[in-house]
Amino acid sequence: MSGAEKIAVTVTDIVPLNDLVTRFEFKSTDGSLLPTFSGGAHTVVEMQDGDITRLNPYSLMSDPMDQTAYTISVRRDDEGRGGSLFMHSKVSVGDQMVISYPVNLFSLDLRAKKHLFIAGGIGITPFLAQIKQLERFNGHWELHYACRSESLGSYVDELTSHHPNETHVYYDDQDQVIDLANLLDGQPLGTHIYVCGPKGMIEWVRGTAAGEGWPREAVHYEEFLAPQPGKPFEVKLAVSNKVIEVGEQESLLEAMEREGVDAPYLCRGGACGQCETNVIDYAGNFIHRDHWLDDAEHANGQKIMPCVSRFEGKVLVLDR
Amino acid sequence: MSKFTFPESIKSRPVYGTLAPRDGSAHLLVADAHGAEAILDMATPEMMAKAHIIYIPKGEAFEEDLRALNPASFYSGPSYGAAEPRLRKALQDAKMGLQVYLAGTEGLMGQAQNEAMAAGIPHTAIQTEHRGSVARRMQCVHCKGITEDVETDPFVCSHCGLNLFVRDHYSRRLAAYQGVRVDAEDPGNVPAPKGIYE
Amino acid sequence: MSIQFNDETFRDDYSFYNSERAIKRFPFPFHEDSYMYSVNMEQHRGGPADSVYEKRFDVDEHYVAEMRDRAMVLADDPLRCQSLPHMTLAGWDLLELIMVSKSEDYPDLFELHRDGNNWRWINKPLGIDDSFVFLDETTLPYGPMEYITRQAQGDFCVLDQRDDNLWMDAGMVTTQADWSLDFDIGMNFFEWHAPVPLAHEKGIFVRALKFLLNIQQGAPARRLNWTMTVNPLLDTSPENYHKWGIQKTTLTPENIGAKQHLRVELQTFFRLPRSNALVFPIRCYLCSFQDIMTVPKWGRRLHRVVRDLPVELATYKGFIDNRPMMLDYLKNFDDGLETSAGIWPDLDTEPPLQT
Repeated sequence: MSGAEKIAVTVTDIVPLNDLVTRFEFKSTDGSLLPTFSGGAHTVVEMQDGDITRLNPYSLMSDPMDQTAYTISVRRDDEGRGGSLFMHSKVSVGDQMVISYPVNLFSLDLRAKKHLFIAGGIGITPFLAQIKQLERFNGHWELHYACRSESLGSYVDELTSHHPNETHVYYDDQDQVIDLANLLDGQPLGTHIYVCGPKGMIEWVRGTAAGEGWPREAVHYEEFLAPQPGKPFEVKLAVSNKVIEVGEQESLLEAMEREGVDAPYLCRGGACGQCETNVIDYAGNFIHRDHWLDDAEHANGQKIMPCVSRFEGKVLVLDR
Repeated sequence: MSKFTFPESIKSRPVYGTLAPRDGSAHLLVADAHGAEAILDMATPEMMAKAHIIYIPKGEAFEEDLRALNPASFYSGPSYGAAEPRLRKALQDAKMGLQVYLAGTEGLMGQAQNEAMAAGIPHTAIQTEHRGSVARRMQCVHCKGITEDVETDPFVCSHCGLNLFVRDHYSRRLAAYQGVRVDAEDPGNVPAPKGIYE
Repeated sequence: MSIQFNDETFRDDYSFYNSERAIKRFPFPFHEDSYMYSVNMEQHRGGPADSVYEKRFDVDEHYVAEMRDRAMVLADDPLRCQSLPHMTLAGWDLLELIMVSKSEDYPDLFELHRDGNNWRWINKPLGIDDSFVFLDETTLPYGPMEYITRQAQGDFCVLDQRDDNLWMDAGMVTTQADWSLDFDIGMNFFEWHAPVPLAHEKGIFVRALKFLLNIQQGAPARRLNWTMTVNPLLDTSPENYHKWGIQKTTLTPENIGAKQHLRVELQTFFRLPRSNALVFPIRCYLCSFQDIMTVPKWGRRLHRVVRDLPVELATYKGFIDNRPMMLDYLKNFDDGLETSAGIWPDLDTEPPLQT
């Protein structure tokens, strides 16, 4: 069986936060306690959208110690393939859904003498759980949070009222920008950076830190890539002996699952490496979008991460 | 002999490289004996303007050459133990972005690396270059005592007196290789000592 | 109580013994007539009734005696149990995992009563009834990992996960196959396995690490490993090797059946939820050659495995000098008949020894 263990849950609360972001609360359908988790963990939410099963990862933002309910926040993506739109428009309180056990690909380094969080937009969610975890154990942390505008600043009020000294908020529409070079200069030895936000922000933080001599191991990042739509393509699956068509709005992984091929996965966001698949033959171009394979692997055409990457060309044969 | 090529070994055994200047807010360099040569080979005026050198000559005559590099701070001391409080203070005051360079014997590099790791620098971010003696710092797995500058295999534990053979298994936390009783299964049958790399 | 606990020792007079039931449920580690390293992982979700796989943490007739032996080892050498400062949360995770599992799996032996963070733990075999506050170290006599692993058979390595590696940052290690926690603490997965021959070259550790990094909450895994020990000595530590190593030379053709033990480790792996660490329990089972020989299939197979094992492995496992004497003994139990696949004794279907 692929993916993490499953939990049957009921949607117990839906709270629109602003024009883009809505919060969902889940409780275990059979009334049992939910598993505890570590700050930074995500859950994969299964959405039954007509004939299509969507599986999207969302960071858990509730207190990791609270086993009565999980909460996630979903940002509506009007350009995307519909997972977030489904959550926003088709899910109601009382609905039964299936989510995965928590999986953490963005955990705290508990050796850190200080945790420096840098968030962009909806990237705030994993930090909400991490902050609750650190507060429980007197951890030393500081948050720098960039949002588009005050009206789109999810959880700003909660953060600034509970943690006025640790929280620093920057609004794009007021031309407020994190003074990153200055922020990184002068942090005590043993500080770890965690960044979650758009791709550009992650690259900016990683690049600036490297330029200032920060060790690679002290800079942590998480970017969930939603699979992007693309041109349909055909794939031959050598082990299953099937030829399948990947549609415009589905990922290669989803197409394999639709055809009943048991393909491994965990994060479905190009980060965990679990779905790595060997390429047996190809003629065409890969559209690699994952964070898992390195540049050389992206260039040599021997592997693909079917959760987020696509293909354009005549022939693609996979070892699956 | 200042440079030595260590034979290939197991995964816990440290592998040393060649020091090279890296971008950083400050530079901390710790060396003993011939390790000075690795610093001399790498140093640039730009780097030295932000550098703190801690040197233990062990009878070698590199001190004046190192001083001539004009580091922002320079210390020369009689032993690692004597230098340690200064090293700890330097790490305590340091900020992220500090680059650490270690050169010389394995014992010196291991112990200084341990201090830097305790201060919060991952070991993979600490540069090392071996120069000079190939003697090892050994821990007796039985009594836990450390014997410095071991050159032969087997050797006698300087604490409990057991005859120990020299393993390549290395602990960063102890900055030492492991020594295990050589004649445990045949008491008294101790092979004649020979050089570790002979 | 459902289990009759043996009054026995793992040192000095070595009064350790296996009951007939214990022999039948011994985790014989060879699923075929030869052995080579492999990433032999499977899900740890129960197994045949009364097998060592059935429960999350197997409790057997040696429980009380093993815990007594552990206490003696720790009194002699407290460095056998260590936890780096960032691993305390993982220690609480482990305490919770073991208390919940044992109280659910052995309700007649263990009870856990929880009221928020106020917990009461009753361990009947060891006569313990403690109330404490979960996540408050001051309310327990030891750190959480030490407290609970003084009450759980087998060694426990608690591994921190970071930088795509696992780090041996805490452990309780008193029944080990000749490795030192005090020396290895802080090492990564490749470093603490460094002394193992052949497996690195075969890429075993790269594949095993990849598997372990992906073990998720609620989906534990397991495998078996093995070595040889003369006398039923649990504490075959490097620390005390200068004392026990000599015992390897006491084997004779007359005593080998009773003295030589196959030592099997049931290794399990659980993701710890609050810390995202991984716990790696290593449960040691000992069985004398003469007891193993009461299962005809195992007698045939053990002879073939020991005979054909590569020299490097027999050396690493510490029995190269004794191998000829072992084979002289074991060949008497190998009649050349075929053996059935798998590790189970198959007493009802495998023929008795043909003489």
